[in-house]
Amino acid sequence: MVQVQVVENILSANDRIADQNRERLDQAGVFSINFMASPGAGKTSTILATHALLKDRLRVGMINGDLASTIDADRAAGAGMPSMQINTGGSCHLDAVMLHNALQNFPLDQVDLLIVENVGNLVCPAGFQLGTHLNVLIASIPEGDDKPYKYPPMYRGVNVLLINKIDVLPYFKFNMDYFRKGVEILNPEVVTFPICATSGEGVGAWVDWLADQVKRNRR
Amino acid sequence: MVYTEEEYQQKRPKLMHELSITAHLLDLALQHGAAVNARRVTDLYLVIGDLSSMVDESVQFYWDMITPGTLAEGAQLHFERVPIKMRCLTCNQEFTPPKGTFGCSLCGSDQVRIIGGDEFRLDSIGVECDQPLEMEKGT
Repeated sequence: MVQVQVVENILSANDRIADQNRERLDQAGVFSINFMASPGAGKTSTILATHALLKDRLRVGMINGDLASTIDADRAAGAGMPSMQINTGGSCHLDAVMLHNALQNFPLDQVDLLIVENVGNLVCPAGFQLGTHLNVLIASIPEGDDKPYKYPPMYRGVNVLLINKIDVLPYFKFNMDYFRKGVEILNPEVVTFPICATSGEGVGAWVDWLADQVKRNRR
Repeated sequence: MVYTEEEYQQKRPKLMHELSITAHLLDLALQHGAAVNARRVTDLYLVIGDLSSMVDESVQFYWDMITPGTLAEGAQLHFERVPIKMRCLTCNQEFTPPKGTFGCSLCGSDQVRIIGGDEFRLDSIGVECDQPLEMEKGT
């Protein structure tokens, strides 16, 4: 037997397609974010709340990944967003190729900000870069304060953390210090916003920060 | 290696992410095997940090399922697991925390930083060739 050196990331093929996606988005002048979270953490509600506060400043579009159905894309379209559904047919995460294919048909000239809603899952999407400018994780209070400790890869790989459903904090045994400590150890650079997507609490700060990122990327 | 749209459609793995990972792994092994005109790929040496979400047994299961008929049929997977490594900012020692905990196991401080455990790579492959290799292919 002869040994041949490889030393390559196992998902390097995915990463190369992700780079192509980024190039395409940059050429179109579109800033993009990848929303990841457990099912039920409030991804779609947060996207709708973000759109509601941003729509006078930026044109927001949405691509949604789900195992089946067009429920989320329909909600986005109902709010006036250009939207597209990727049905993953059972796959537990979006990958760069799925987004690559979706971008072929998405009206990029109609948006400034493209929000990609990943499949609800706290494990699998973490390893698969899509090529978006930001990776955003939505954690929610009812999930519990131990999630960073139990799902380190997801917390480790994101740029922004939205802590959603902050309004129900008094009703749960959720130790915010313990939660934040875990986050800080895994990801000292992450930018965090506590929000309540349905009431709008805290969403303004997140949206202002996001609008600033979009503006900076244009320069 | 750059795939065409069509090739990707055919190759695009579905279902659980270990299957995606395994399919990517097979692509990598075949690509590097072909580059040295290997007759057979016999071994894959993987280095996987404990901060990666990958279950070795699942990858092995899918590997046995998707490799028959390829150059890598019957190839042995070798998993080198790298534990999570942290440095304590208080006592400055390096340590591996027990699963599910992040505090310093030496002094108890919670001022710690991760310094290892993200590894997720194919380090090398073992191949059989008809002609002896002149030189191992570097990267």
